[in-house]
Amino acid sequence: MLKILKYSFYDLMRSRWSYVYFLFYLILGFVLLFLNNDVDKAVITLMNIIIVLTPLIGTIFGVMYYYNSKEFTELLLAQPIKRSKIFMGQYLGISISLTLSLVLGLGIPFVLYGLFKSAAIFNFSLLLVVGTFLNFIFVALSYNIALSTENKIKGFGYAILMWLFLAVIYDGIFLISLVVFNSYPLDKFSLIATMFNPIDLSRILILLKLDISALLGYTGAVFRKFFGTNFGMFISMGVLVLWVLLPVLRMNLKLRKKDF
Amino acid sequence: MIEFKNLHKRFGKLVVLDGLDLEISKGGIFAILGPNGSGKTTLIKCLLGMVIPNKGDIIFDKKSVLDKWAYRNNLNYLPQIANFPPNLTVIELINMVKNLRPKDSDTEELIELFGLKSSLDKKLGNLSGGTKQKVNIVLAFMFDSDLIVLDEPTNGLDPIALIHLKEIIQKEKDKGKTILITTHIMSFVDEVADEIVFLLDGKIYFKGTIEALKKQTNNDNLEHAIANLIAKQYA
Amino acid sequence: MKYKIGLFFFFISFVVSAKQIVVCESCGIKTIKEAIKIANDGDEILIKKGVYKEQNIVINKPISLIGEKGAVIDGNNVGGILIFKTSNFTIKGLKIVNVGLSYTIEYSAIKVVRASDFIIENCIFENVFFGILIEKSKRGIIRNNIITSNRKGEASSGNGIHIWSGEEMKIYNNEMYGLRDGIYFEFVKNSAVYKNYSHNNIRYGLHFMFSNNNMYHHNEFRNNGAGVAVMYSKFTTMHHNKFRLNWGSASYGLLLKEIYDAEIYDNLFEQNTIGINAEGSTRINYKNNTFSRNGWAVKISGACYTNTFKNNDFLNNSLDLAYNSNINDNKFDNNYWSEYTGYDLDKNGIGDVPYRPVKLFSYIVNKTPEALVLLRSLFVDIINFSEKVSPVFTPDNLMDNNPLMKRIND
Repeated sequence: MLKILKYSFYDLMRSRWSYVYFLFYLILGFVLLFLNNDVDKAVITLMNIIIVLTPLIGTIFGVMYYYNSKEFTELLLAQPIKRSKIFMGQYLGISISLTLSLVLGLGIPFVLYGLFKSAAIFNFSLLLVVGTFLNFIFVALSYNIALSTENKIKGFGYAILMWLFLAVIYDGIFLISLVVFNSYPLDKFSLIATMFNPIDLSRILILLKLDISALLGYTGAVFRKFFGTNFGMFISMGVLVLWVLLPVLRMNLKLRKKDF
Repeated sequence: MIEFKNLHKRFGKLVVLDGLDLEISKGGIFAILGPNGSGKTTLIKCLLGMVIPNKGDIIFDKKSVLDKWAYRNNLNYLPQIANFPPNLTVIELINMVKNLRPKDSDTEELIELFGLKSSLDKKLGNLSGGTKQKVNIVLAFMFDSDLIVLDEPTNGLDPIALIHLKEIIQKEKDKGKTILITTHIMSFVDEVADEIVFLLDGKIYFKGTIEALKKQTNNDNLEHAIANLIAKQYA
Repeated sequence: MKYKIGLFFFFISFVVSAKQIVVCESCGIKTIKEAIKIANDGDEILIKKGVYKEQNIVINKPISLIGEKGAVIDGNNVGGILIFKTSNFTIKGLKIVNVGLSYTIEYSAIKVVRASDFIIENCIFENVFFGILIEKSKRGIIRNNIITSNRKGEASSGNGIHIWSGEEMKIYNNEMYGLRDGIYFEFVKNSAVYKNYSHNNIRYGLHFMFSNNNMYHHNEFRNNGAGVAVMYSKFTTMHHNKFRLNWGSASYGLLLKEIYDAEIYDNLFEQNTIGINAEGSTRINYKNNTFSRNGWAVKISGACYTNTFKNNDFLNNSLDLAYNSNINDNKFDNNYWSEYTGYDLDKNGIGDVPYRPVKLFSYIVNKTPEALVLLRSLFVDIINFSEKVSPVFTPDNLMDNNPLMKRIND
């Protein structure tokens, strides 16, 4: 598996898109820090971008890599390697290379800016951790979609739809149901609804450290109890781990039955 | 050496292999023929573990191959379409495949033979279809394995490369290897194959030497003999 | 005239003849009550190191009560401790602990009734019900004290410094925590509260009721139920205060209710659930304040007329402004908004496009607090944007026409 990982990783690390992605974050980091000079604001802007962009890029890279390397995968399948190892290798290769683009792209400007001396270091690291989670989650989800869809165009369409759903539509439905069922206690509902969307969950995790904690008092007690403590933080992290593990598990189950 | 026992495979409603039984003995070149959709590629992929049969068993070297992977170490495969990670160079790819298999390989000679030396440091994405196929062939023949499976090996090859390919196939056969080939080029079959396996509607319709086929159909030309074989079925 | 001179000399002799009475465990006078009994006007009672378990000590002559280091008056959790029914007194350097709890009587460490010209300084109050309770008094100075309590709940806790009906009081350099209200003013006029640190109180850091013409400045209010509440008061001046980390369901940095003609300038509101919550407040000038990382910077609800917000910094608040009524002649002008995305082509430091501080999302959260979980989600950004382009729910004339491009208090 490590060998496959290594080669997928090399392959991606040399692709133009990895560089474009890396440069994007690099420039973004520099612009935010050096033109703005407000670390708090930079972290908030970065959060907005990471929450939306990492899932999108993860999804696109995932499906693209799967379909583009289909024939090569077949060659690998004929080698004496376990199936699941080939795909886990590819999966990790993509996720790690995307994560590296993110961490280095944003890390370099922040280090140059003198982040280690800044109080924002924790928020910033949390941002990177969450971004990493989102990479791993969305590559896994898109690999699942690709594995289940033979047709490349369809697979691509489903993947983008999934992203659109989780990034925008889900929240729309969520908000509308909150407004419509205004008269009922909505604490637990919102808590659970958040857990079912990795993008929402990541957003909340970062906001907890940024500004929502000040606002939590305004919401119900369940909410405050959950998110106001480290317990909530651990649970949220745990759920994010589940969001990685479940698609990976499903991927492996699917692989057992899959014909190439 | 290889035994397919009552192999069934369906893709949705489409039945591709329908209780196929086939035994292939050690040594020799076997051409697997059949019209489009007759299940040639599926059969091969079942053997390689890429397609999982609904029913039946495949025995390779006296062991079932289903759900296994280690047996593939004794098997070389040339896929139909040569498509590689575009950002790796040829030599990196070759080294990678070497790296993946715990056995000795011989690439020098093959690289020389197909004139790939100048392309070794090029990225695979920049190679022409023919050159890619040559790389593909190198990858398939660089290991010393008992079974070699070639899926449409002549695709996109120039005449000289084709001659080299035939030479290699012959050489491997002389070493006592078992070689399975699928192809549409009948002249190629006529030239290299010892035995023909003819598939139709997911079953073995004919298995035997080329001579036997010609005799059975009263036809001296292989292409016509096969046409005859199909015609008879649908008559 | 003669009479006046006579009075003068009487006074001099009074000062000269003032004596010191020492109280200690091994002295002739062992209790404070005893000392007070024998003291004459103008005398000083020096309380030596030791714990004095006494309650209801009534002082009805103008004397000084000075504590040595380590002098503690312990009320044993029954009733009040010191009661001053005199003017011109001084109390200094004492530690007063364990005031009794009552739901009907406001027991306090020090109670002052109908007094003027007094000083309470350098005292430490621990586990009090009420700390300093002052009624109908004038010209008192309360400085350098530390007042703390550990009672739970609003009903069973009292205020640190509680003034009911007072004039020209000065309260400075005190620290108050663990109380109901750090400082409470009711019917107090012309008084000043400054350089105090009021934190971790159950209700308010500082609380004004029906108190006019007061000012408070250079105080810090941190982690209280609400930082400061100003209610039913006129002509209050608030400047250079810090309102920090006041979190909770009804938590504000500053709560304004039914107040008129106030000046609020150079304050810092940082990380409060709501920076300023204004209800029925009229003719208020907000100037040069910094609102940083609050849930809401400002929330205006109901009948606020003629308020102006000028030259304030709004930095990284989750929501800048919530508004649930008409715009009512309130003005926003020349403020800096970190959320502002406009441009300044003519380089005059003022954005060329007006800024709308009220977002649709803020409106939704007002109605459905749980919607807060969707803060900063892409969907919310999209609806905010569409609302910005064509306002439907939010008042469309509420905007800052001259948003600044740079911070004021950088």
